[in-house]
Amino acid sequence: MTMTHAQGAKRHSPPPAWRKPVLMGAPLVLLLVAFLVFPVGQLLALSVYNGQGFTLAPYAQLFASSLYITVLWITLKISLATTVVAVVAAYPVAYLISIAKGPAKSRLIFWVLLSFWTSFLVRAFAWVVILGRNGVVNSTLMSLGIIDTPADLLYGFGAVLVGMVHAMLPLAVMTMLAVMENIDRTLPRAAGTLGARPGTAFWTVYFPLSLPGVAASAIMVFVSAIGFFIVPALLGGRKETMITQLIIDQVQQTLNWGLAGAISVLLLTVVLVVFLLYDRVFGFASLTGESAVVRNRDTAMRRLGGRVLAALGSVSDALIGLVPRRHPLRGRSERPVALTAFVWLLLVLISLPAFLMIPLSFGKGGLAWPPSGFTLQWYQQLLDSPIWMQALWRSIVVAFGTGLLSMAIGVPAAFLMVRSQMRGKGAMLAFILSPIVVPRMIIAVGMFYVFAQMGLVGTILGLVIGHTVVAVPYVVMTMMAVLRNYDTRLDLAAQSLGARPVAALRHVTFPILGAGMLSSFLFAFATSFDELTISLFSSGGLSATLPKQFWDEVTLQVSPVIAAVSTGLLLFVATLIYVADRLRRRSLAG
Amino acid sequence: MSSSSLSVQGLAKRYGDFVALAPTDLVVADGEFLTLLGPSGSGKTTLLSLLAGLVPPDEGSVRIGSQDVTYAPPYERDIGVVFQNYALFPHMTIEENIAFPLKMRKVGAAEAKRRALEALEMVHLPHIAGRYPRELSGGQQQRVALARCMVYKPSIILMDEPLGALDKKLREHMQLEIKRLHRELGTTVVYVTHDQEEAMTMSDRICLMNAGRIEQLGTPADLYFRPRSLFVADFLGESNILPAALGSRSGDEVEIGLGTQGVSGRALANGNDLPPGTEVRVMVRPQNLTVARKGGSTPDGLQGRVSEVMVTGSLTKVYMEPLDGKLPPLVAAFPTRNDDDAVRIDDVLTLSWSGRDAVVIADSARAAGTA
Repeated sequence: MTMTHAQGAKRHSPPPAWRKPVLMGAPLVLLLVAFLVFPVGQLLALSVYNGQGFTLAPYAQLFASSLYITVLWITLKISLATTVVAVVAAYPVAYLISIAKGPAKSRLIFWVLLSFWTSFLVRAFAWVVILGRNGVVNSTLMSLGIIDTPADLLYGFGAVLVGMVHAMLPLAVMTMLAVMENIDRTLPRAAGTLGARPGTAFWTVYFPLSLPGVAASAIMVFVSAIGFFIVPALLGGRKETMITQLIIDQVQQTLNWGLAGAISVLLLTVVLVVFLLYDRVFGFASLTGESAVVRNRDTAMRRLGGRVLAALGSVSDALIGLVPRRHPLRGRSERPVALTAFVWLLLVLISLPAFLMIPLSFGKGGLAWPPSGFTLQWYQQLLDSPIWMQALWRSIVVAFGTGLLSMAIGVPAAFLMVRSQMRGKGAMLAFILSPIVVPRMIIAVGMFYVFAQMGLVGTILGLVIGHTVVAVPYVVMTMMAVLRNYDTRLDLAAQSLGARPVAALRHVTFPILGAGMLSSFLFAFATSFDELTISLFSSGGLSATLPKQFWDEVTLQVSPVIAAVSTGLLLFVATLIYVADRLRRRSLAG
Repeated sequence: MSSSSLSVQGLAKRYGDFVALAPTDLVVADGEFLTLLGPSGSGKTTLLSLLAGLVPPDEGSVRIGSQDVTYAPPYERDIGVVFQNYALFPHMTIEENIAFPLKMRKVGAAEAKRRALEALEMVHLPHIAGRYPRELSGGQQQRVALARCMVYKPSIILMDEPLGALDKKLREHMQLEIKRLHRELGTTVVYVTHDQEEAMTMSDRICLMNAGRIEQLGTPADLYFRPRSLFVADFLGESNILPAALGSRSGDEVEIGLGTQGVSGRALANGNDLPPGTEVRVMVRPQNLTVARKGGSTPDGLQGRVSEVMVTGSLTKVYMEPLDGKLPPLVAAFPTRNDDDAVRIDDVLTLSWSGRDAVVIADSARAAGTA
């Protein structure tokens, strides 16, 4: 009797402590080592290794003419301008969303998400239509008699900035919102009871608390902008060439891998410096939306900052005081009307360009504004085109594959990140999230080089792997957020009620996490579906994905079929967001 | 003595350097209502988690009935756990929640439904089967958690501060409810709380824990009237604790001398067999102190000046500073009366007590630093 008990005890003795974390984390780490670290390392190595031995020739070439430094300078200028404008514009939007409640909040989030998920290509192309010689702006101004000849709005710094801000604004809002949602709403109110007028309460209490969000969103926008090529390629002239475009040229046209590697080193160095500066000032913790520990240093900067904020507060209060006041208590529950109006104006502005594609796609006049007549011929052409249809099908297959693979390796890693107490967790999380911050172009070029050696170029598998590398950080981030809100006692309760671990997962954990898991999947799906940079190289010449096909069309020949494709994409994204939101709410209700 | 349904030997748990539970022995009788009481961090929840199999122990063993379950996972132990925040599954209806353990035990759907509804009847909530947990009040959720736990008739039910989130009135009502269910079902219950009144009200025995070990195990009356340590005396209810010197012993009572003015009294020796002259502490409960105005029948008794009078409803509490400055402040309590001759601040009162109501506490060492 005692023997059997002893054996029973042995059977249940816990497995070695290292086994579970390794099983959960290893697949993701291995994938990133093989298809992120190795390719990027290869690319960087190519800049100092020419097949025979060590060389610095590419760097000599890089610094021989002023071209590359000029382009780097332009890139930094455009990225910085984009960051400043996008962050300033995003702040009121994120603020309004964070204080809104119920359906109003859902509506605001829907419109931001719609822009966020509408293809970069569609949005950038929309500006071509808006700002072109026969575009919306010119034809409107001419028909109003304000100008006689169309103005050159496209292919300049202004057009690039507009397009870039438009592309980055949703990202800025979403990043900032993550921090703002966690600010205790009673704090400004407490400041009010302590005698602070609304302006002072905002600038001295709320604003400093929201700064980590501002910083996080600034760096996300800056790093995304610096690696961006769609907008400058479509909307910019020669003077707005960005550094990523040079890399494309080196790889696609001159096949100069050494120089491509050297430019990548340059770009990566800049990004690294920016990140180090960021870490010195804000700390990386603020990036993931976790409560940033406020370091209390009484420095001259801090005191100066305090004084500036106090002054801003008094100025705002003076301004607020100028507005004729209604009964203070009666007015209290009212919405901030001016803010709401401003935010909606912004949202309309960022949504409108994509929506312009809808009337154009049904018009007979092609892409010139205003649309005239009604025709379905562009849709007919689209459906009859085997190239478009194959691209669509390939994109769907790749996106599904990416979603499944990202979930399969990302979900266990997210469990590990949230639930385990293991050492080196912070470092591992930083590694998992690194595909977000390494400029996409560098990943794409390095991957192309490695895929070419492995025969993965032009294959579905290659694209799935490539897209998973860039999609999986988002899966881990969303799943981590979902898991943090999950009460682990429910699992313990299930087990105490007789459920074995697998049954507990099946009946309790997964059903409750279901909506969160679906939205993670959709995140990965959408990331892949809109991915252009990796596909640009790794899809090979013939087997294009939908964004690749879109890119080829808009850079080679512009046809109104593009408007039809854009409309289709817009509708698709809107449906996805709507369904995901519905599911999320149903799961909250249940 | 009935058979033991749960026994623990040398059970211990550490987290790094922190001793969550020092090696502990405990035997719970069949059908007993045992409460693990103690301040936060005292090890009561750790002990409960070890019993439930939610965390593995570092050493020692746990037996349920005749079976060694030390390393058995929760789903192989015949236990039920009621969690602090109920842990009702938010995506299941109340009926599905209650039927869940039956489903896990492969009970047929029809039978499971019947028993789930029966369990809901038992907790007086027959009409909410189709609702979701978030649609219920805290008290209703609590009852559902109980029903979910009782429906499969586990031999032991473990409850982790199950009433902690309820307001006072509801809590008192649920205490009675849990007692009733315990009586009707005859299940062994191990109950964790930090509320000493709740422990006193509900338990057959209380296991008072402190700093990862059992401080005293006994009936509520044992702990209340015969505490072994200052910690116990202090933790359960209000008490007056006075430094005293032991005098001569007679039967189970002993003579004591208090303070510098030669005031003497009597107290229960409480199992302590110490030589006369030993410095000890004596504990008297406030309601066992008798007060009289100065110049009353016992002029030689302990005297104190009233510093505060509080009417707490059924009881009136009088706080006093002893005239002998060496003694700590005292509190006496008596039933509130509609009385013109009420005690006022600055009155000087004489205090006395019966020898059976005071008790010697010799073990003061361990209580140091726990206050």
